Amino acid sequence: MEHPEHVKHPEHVEHPDRAAAFVANGERLQWHDKSLWFVREKRDRASGVIPEWEELRALAAGIKAHTLSRLADYLEAFEAKATALGAHVHFARDAEEHNRIVHELLARRGITRVVKSKSMLTEQCGLNHHLEAHGIEVIDTDLGERIVQLRHEPPSHIVMPAIHLKKEEIGDLFHDALGGAQGISDPKALTEMARGHLRDKLLGAQAGITGVNFAVAETGGFVVCTNEGNADLGTALPRLHIACMGVEKIIPRAKDLGVFLRLLARSATGQPVTAYSSHFHGPRQGGELHIVIVDHGRSTILGREHYRRTLQCIRCGACMNTCPVYRRSGGHSYGVTVPGPLGAVLAPHVDPAKHRSLPFASTLCGSCTDVCPVKIDLHEQLLLWRGDLGRQKLVPLKKRMASRVAGWILVRTWAYLLLGSIARWFIPKLPKALAQHRWNDWGRQRELPPAPKETFRELYAKRRRTSGKAK
Amino acid sequence: MSDRSRDHVLRSLRAATAGMTPVALPERSFTGVRFADVEAQFAKSVAEVGGRCIFAEDAALESTLLQLPAYAAAKRVLSRVPGLARANVERAELRAPRETWNIDFCVLPGELGVAENGAVWVVEAGFSHRAAWFLAEHMALVVPARKLVHNMHEAYERIELGSAGFATFVSGPSKTADIEQSLVIGAQGPRSCTVLVTRGPA
Repeated sequence: MEHPEHVKHPEHVEHPDRAAAFVANGERLQWHDKSLWFVREKRDRASGVIPEWEELRALAAGIKAHTLSRLADYLEAFEAKATALGAHVHFARDAEEHNRIVHELLARRGITRVVKSKSMLTEQCGLNHHLEAHGIEVIDTDLGERIVQLRHEPPSHIVMPAIHLKKEEIGDLFHDALGGAQGISDPKALTEMARGHLRDKLLGAQAGITGVNFAVAETGGFVVCTNEGNADLGTALPRLHIACMGVEKIIPRAKDLGVFLRLLARSATGQPVTAYSSHFHGPRQGGELHIVIVDHGRSTILGREHYRRTLQCIRCGACMNTCPVYRRSGGHSYGVTVPGPLGAVLAPHVDPAKHRSLPFASTLCGSCTDVCPVKIDLHEQLLLWRGDLGRQKLVPLKKRMASRVAGWILVRTWAYLLLGSIARWFIPKLPKALAQHRWNDWGRQRELPPAPKETFRELYAKRRRTSGKAK
Repeated sequence: MSDRSRDHVLRSLRAATAGMTPVALPERSFTGVRFADVEAQFAKSVAEVGGRCIFAEDAALESTLLQLPAYAAAKRVLSRVPGLARANVERAELRAPRETWNIDFCVLPGELGVAENGAVWVVEAGFSHRAAWFLAEHMALVVPARKLVHNMHEAYERIELGSAGFATFVSGPSKTADIEQSLVIGAQGPRSCTVLVTRGPA
């Protein structure tokens, strides 16, 4: 088994290069594709039973758009209410500050053993590494996250972190890391093994860190959704609870939770709601609650008019499950914490040069936009980025030239028709060695389709003539 | 330092939205899906999320629970529902949350049940050892039939948030599908969740 030394992503990320290894294993690719599509179908069934699903999406998008337009006000209202409930609220400008705040809270209390429930924000900030570097043991308690943590890997999906692994691999891992018997691959037996291991860690933890799914400005509380109950155990046992949230997690009113909780689990896994949707208002009896509100680039996105809608995201992962590219290239090929269509529009804000290939890892089929519960126009955002990256000269010359030539042809009818007829004559005669040449990125894994005898235009004209005669 | 960061974040966010056209908060109230038979739908939803729903008379609570092998066999039973003879864990004897780790069965009152997803609203009030809810091997929730609602919008209309430090919608037992999408019941929390819907004497 591979144990990469560090979870850190490489400096420069070319999606096609990183996808190559995943794509090379055809069997695994098919399996991955099917696993994700299974979840997408569950999502379709779960949303289909809600007659007002489309209205619900529109309402959610409206609430989020409003909230984003007054984000600072809502955060202040939340801070005041949360403080009145006995919580301590901290603000962090970036990942470093977030990590420092969390570490100081732990260090000041002499804490060395921490349990964490799933949080994309702390993953994005690299919190685990920061704390581990300071000698603090951090145990991810979500089963999927614990699996990838034991493999020293980043999650490959935001909702199902270990979706890329087969049960046999997890069996081997548990044998090595948890001392389980060899050759166990039954998910029930493996989960039971993890249950024992995680309960030990939970009972021994001195602090619990959670993410935040929704923070309510009106009440000063927040909601954390899990299926395993790990966020609940991780905060009920230790005295100290630290909740980390991005600035965009806020919603105005308690009743808005009804809208978002109905959408979240159905979109994510096809469940009607997660097993536990826990509402935290203030610290537990005899305990301490700290809430860390993090910007880390979000205000920059908020300031970009055409891109700000991406901050409406509730992190359900539906866009990944439906994406034909994500399903066939795996989460690790994106090289960022949030993969898939959403990650591809978020990552270039941080470092456009580093993540320039991600907006091109899309067919622009629009399926991500169709399933998004908060109506983010993801495929439009991907297209916008392509233009922006091109203008910033961050797109490889080959691709830029090809786009310019195509653009020139497509606006000239005569050129388009001429090239079409040449292609129909030429393509069937093209030798395979040339069509599938390694320099031709598009041809390598494709058989050329048979060239049609007639063009669509010819067919259309003919139909019109015959239907005209019939009259 | 921390105050400076607070101001910096809030100022950045205000600057980012300064030129933005105000977006109104959608005020339209939402009624949501309604079911012809709210009790039947609730029972169906509980079953779908891996739980079990039983209808019982108020007076027959314990005898109904005794039909569950896990309850009948339980040695340590913690109950927040009064009148259960088998309840033998005194709250006073639990000093730290971790002392609740060896509870076999936990019975909690539910404030309301939601038909669309089988969720039951459970509130921590005056009892700090909520760890028991999640550490117990098995769990039962008791909800009066008149407290069933159709959907989440209705649920939030009835809930008073903020008054309770901790409250949660419990929808079925603890579960995971993290290993090859195979659903496994009993991930970290209770291995079973039985919802008793009770009807008072007519």
